[in-house]
Amino acid sequence: MHLDIQHIIYLLSSVTFILGLKMLSNAKTAKNGNSLAAVGMIAAMITAIVFHEGAVSPLVYGLIFVAIAVGTVVGWLTAKRVQMTKMPELVSLFNGMGGACAALIGLVEFHHYVGDSMSMSVILAGMVIGSVSFSGSMIAWAKLNGKIKNAIRFPKYNILNTIILIGLFVYAAWMVWTGTGSEMHLYVLFAAALGYGILFVLPIGGADMPVVISLLNSFTGLAAAFGGFLYGNQVMLTGGILVGSAGTLLTLVMCKAMNRPLFNVIFGAFGAGTTAASEAGPQGNVKEVGPSDLAVQLNYSKKVIIVPGYGLAVAQAQHVIKELETILEERGVEVSYAIHPVAGRMPGHMNVLLAESNVEYDKLKEMDDINPEFAQTDVVLVVGANDVVNPAAKTDPSSPIYGMPILDVENAKACIVNKRSMKPGYAGIENELFFRDKTQMLFGDAKKVLSELVAELKALD
Amino acid sequence: MIEFFTENKDMIFIVILMIFVGVEVIGKVPAVLHTPLMSGANAIHGVVVVGAILLMLNTEPDNYLALGLGTVAVFLGTLNVVGGFVVTDRMLEMFKKKK
Repeated sequence: MHLDIQHIIYLLSSVTFILGLKMLSNAKTAKNGNSLAAVGMIAAMITAIVFHEGAVSPLVYGLIFVAIAVGTVVGWLTAKRVQMTKMPELVSLFNGMGGACAALIGLVEFHHYVGDSMSMSVILAGMVIGSVSFSGSMIAWAKLNGKIKNAIRFPKYNILNTIILIGLFVYAAWMVWTGTGSEMHLYVLFAAALGYGILFVLPIGGADMPVVISLLNSFTGLAAAFGGFLYGNQVMLTGGILVGSAGTLLTLVMCKAMNRPLFNVIFGAFGAGTTAASEAGPQGNVKEVGPSDLAVQLNYSKKVIIVPGYGLAVAQAQHVIKELETILEERGVEVSYAIHPVAGRMPGHMNVLLAESNVEYDKLKEMDDINPEFAQTDVVLVVGANDVVNPAAKTDPSSPIYGMPILDVENAKACIVNKRSMKPGYAGIENELFFRDKTQMLFGDAKKVLSELVAELKALD
Repeated sequence: MIEFFTENKDMIFIVILMIFVGVEVIGKVPAVLHTPLMSGANAIHGVVVVGAILLMLNTEPDNYLALGLGTVAVFLGTLNVVGGFVVTDRMLEMFKKKK
């Protein structure tokens, strides 16, 4: 009887996961979908505790409750307090925690199943994938918050990584084959998996982190599913596989939006391409513009499009840009935002940021909708974006970003680019746009110069 | 292999069907929602915490090493679940406000 209720609740939880994920892919239902899945998760956790058969000491219950309580408080506070610009790295951090959880399960359960080759395979697979996901996520987290600045590449790192990966597989297979119960082998495998996770993510550039996080996300799902197999627990299995498969597809969708094959992300085709491209850039004179001149120019425009990029997020300029928008609208200027699919550090990152500063949802235009509008635009203001407006993506087949869909800002009557310096973007390539006749550069930290611009506009009245 | 399939046929059914469900569910999602979706999926794989709970419940009360590691696992899993859902909710809150 107990067992039946347990299975029914697990079934319902699985349904909430599926429905929740489905609702998350539609803007209107997304929030409810998230809450629904959360309810299912709580139900599954309670069920696992309440319907457990067999005697359990109070100490164990106590430890479980303390761990859940502390985890809830810490998780809740961290998630509530984080600034929205730091959100991508937080997702990576939480993903790593899930991976570590799966890895620990494998470490502890291993000795219970020595000799049972099927269970051993499941445990080792879950542990290895969980560990890779954990250490990989930590590196991704460190990269996103700037603790690790550059892509670190050892010589022949692709070959090295591949050898380690094969080594991991062979070592785990050997452990299963011999049915060894040696803890030493277990820890060596664990350490090697952690090492592989680090080496896997280290060479990948910061701009590709969203893809990597999404991939590691599906890894953790897989690790959870192996746990489900081990315990014969359906809800772990459904939740894990669901995320594993949805996560993999999401990874591919993201790659497509960036026009970067997954293979290139992992094996770093950018690194190879940059040398050829960086010297080819058409050098010339750039025109600079100051906030006061720009204020006048904007004041007499009819239509202005703002193109936000990662520089805006870094400078925390989302509130100032909203202020600028409000002032311009008061003066009768039509303002909208052009959001490139991969603007910022995660797809949708810019939307979340601008939403935070109360920019209206309707003003955020997706690339395909806004591209035809540039031709009728007086001024385009590019804030901290670079590669997504680089015309080389359309014109220069030798460019590493060739083929990536870009925003056609060069069609506008005037193009103002705000950057801190002339340094190239993450792709490490020159942007011909900066040297064009219609382009003017507004150098400086986005928040600072935009504040000056707003002040100048106010003074104009 | 056949033996493995017979023993675990229910589980294998779930796995195969779930793979298709996962692909189907994501289907056509606007780029705007990629981040919240990833974050939501991130919270859902926190279901691994159920495994950590089962691990604790099956551990002998005098196996302190296992209990210690298990407690850490439950803590980390909970962090994944709670943090994941709350941060997703915060992201989506911002989309909703201006309607």
